[in-house]
Amino acid sequence: MVHNMRRGKIKRQEPQNKQIDIASYNKDASPKAYVQNLSGMSSAQKKTMLSAGVDASGKGRSGTYLQMDHSVVHSNSLFAGLEVMSTTQALKKHEWLDNYFWKAVNPQADEFTAQAHTKPNHGYFIRALPGAKVVFPLQACLFITQNNIMQTVHNIIIVEEGSDLQVITGCATAEDVSRGLHIGISEFYVKKNARLTFTMVHNWAEDVSVRPRTAAIVEEGATFLSNYICLKPVKNLQMYPKAELTGRGAIARYNSILFAHPGSHLDVGSKVILKAKDSKAEIVARAISAGGEIIARGYLKADVAPVKAHLECRGLMLKESGKIYAIPELEGNTAGVDLSHEAAVGKIAKEEIEYLMARGMTQGAAQAAIVRGFLDTSIMGLPDELNKQINKAIEACEKEAF
Amino acid sequence: MIKIQNLTVKIADREVLSNINLEIKKGQVMALLGPNGSGKTSLIMAIMGFSDYKITSGDIIFKGKRINNASVDERARMGIGAMFQRPPTIRGVKTRQVVDLIKQENFSTDKAAEELNLKEFLGRDINSGFSGGEIKRSELLQLLAGSPSLSLFDEPESGVDMENIVLVGKMMNRILRKNKDNAALIITHTGYIFDYVKPDRGCILVGSKLHCAGNPKSILTTIKKHGYQWCITCEGERLKDKSHKTSR
Repeated sequence: MVHNMRRGKIKRQEPQNKQIDIASYNKDASPKAYVQNLSGMSSAQKKTMLSAGVDASGKGRSGTYLQMDHSVVHSNSLFAGLEVMSTTQALKKHEWLDNYFWKAVNPQADEFTAQAHTKPNHGYFIRALPGAKVVFPLQACLFITQNNIMQTVHNIIIVEEGSDLQVITGCATAEDVSRGLHIGISEFYVKKNARLTFTMVHNWAEDVSVRPRTAAIVEEGATFLSNYICLKPVKNLQMYPKAELTGRGAIARYNSILFAHPGSHLDVGSKVILKAKDSKAEIVARAISAGGEIIARGYLKADVAPVKAHLECRGLMLKESGKIYAIPELEGNTAGVDLSHEAAVGKIAKEEIEYLMARGMTQGAAQAAIVRGFLDTSIMGLPDELNKQINKAIEACEKEAF
Repeated sequence: MIKIQNLTVKIADREVLSNINLEIKKGQVMALLGPNGSGKTSLIMAIMGFSDYKITSGDIIFKGKRINNASVDERARMGIGAMFQRPPTIRGVKTRQVVDLIKQENFSTDKAAEELNLKEFLGRDINSGFSGGEIKRSELLQLLAGSPSLSLFDEPESGVDMENIVLVGKMMNRILRKNKDNAALIITHTGYIFDYVKPDRGCILVGSKLHCAGNPKSILTTIKKHGYQWCITCEGERLKDKSHKTSR
């Protein structure tokens, strides 16, 4: 949070990126063949995908998009009102799609958006047609299977007027991949009275750097729920997704669950720009450091009134080393706005551990229960089925994490 | 069941219990009376082994074993259980989760929760937003699940309405009667709970010292009549339980 104060004017600056040498990654990857039936994938790959919330069996899903490196390996929709394909294919199919490219994200924002602008490698296009109520979640997986490559995707989700869509995105690296760079541009358009629940699970490797660049435009009466979960080691992750509430009564809610292993650096925030009357926003973050660094940001900006927004960040330090740096920012630009935040960073309370121990749990079991509780996804208000699936993904990650 | 010998306990540098001697026999229910801040809760916390309560001298012997250095969970597994007065809220940890983790075989969480009017609390974060009475019932649910042989009840009646105090008493008796050897220490400063759970002996803790031991009813009557200060000076009948004087 750097402010320039000059002539009485406050100018807010975006966080500086930790430098990444883009040139040190291979731009090219070998092509991967299209897979008709995902159940034929290797069990190791299926396991990795599942820990990112993506089920190769396709059970309980309304469709699947799978991209490996630079190749679209699978894409299908099982629901009549739902389109799923690569953005490359979608651009050929829909002439109007140009109007949605780079409208929410600025291509010149930084070197990563610039890179994706010059050389994108597909990405998913997901569209719920007007009024479509897509019952089951759709799953999308962006998979890095080749070492030392740079994967650059551009994703577009359009939830047309009055429709309802849940998307689970899992981003992962194959077991034998140690180094890589993932740049993901995602632009979401939530139209009038529509609802998008977007859940992203990251499952990277220790030497993978990640730069998602995501923005959503939320129209009148629409709701955008964004959930982000990162429990696995990652070398360097920086993202600060943004939602612009442009229509009256629009709602955005961001939930993040972050876990920093030793050597991991996570700089993750969420921002919401409240541009329309009666719009509401909530940002909730849970951050755990087991020796790594987390910068947990949050930014709420209100340009009109009445609007209401709240930001909450809780951090838990498990080890002597590590860092959690919570940076909540509120900016009100007119009278009648209601913005608030609360942030807390601490260790597990001894009295909580001893309370559970007094019931006969070992110290380890008590700590695990408390940490697991801290990562409780019920705060996300997800539909039951989705919650179960996300918890499965968390459990798969937890086995390694603790 | 438990013998406390010359026990002195400090929190940081503050002495909260001074040279306490107390024995609770198998099958015995001991009432511990005393004004606010006298150290009653500290005694429970020290018996349970909470780390802030440092034993500077003396011993706690439970079932013949010295447990001064046993961890909290070891003590719990040996059969000591406590009903805490102000248990912490643990976010994201559901009441059901805790009960299921600690319950003995053949214990039905749902059935017990129903009896305690706690069914809707099973899915809630433990102790989160619970009222005084709800905390008591949730604590009882956990004790029922764990089935300790020595139960330490910290003010079981405080904050409980008239209707629920009957229920609290009933459940305390159920925990005690699970085994004829089960024993309890009941902390109270009002004694209302004695209408439902009958103590065998009573003692008084004032100013971090135990002052009296004897017939709990007569001790209570004396306190009501003369106040706790009188008990400090009435040392004559100490440790004799037959004929505690009710007046001078």
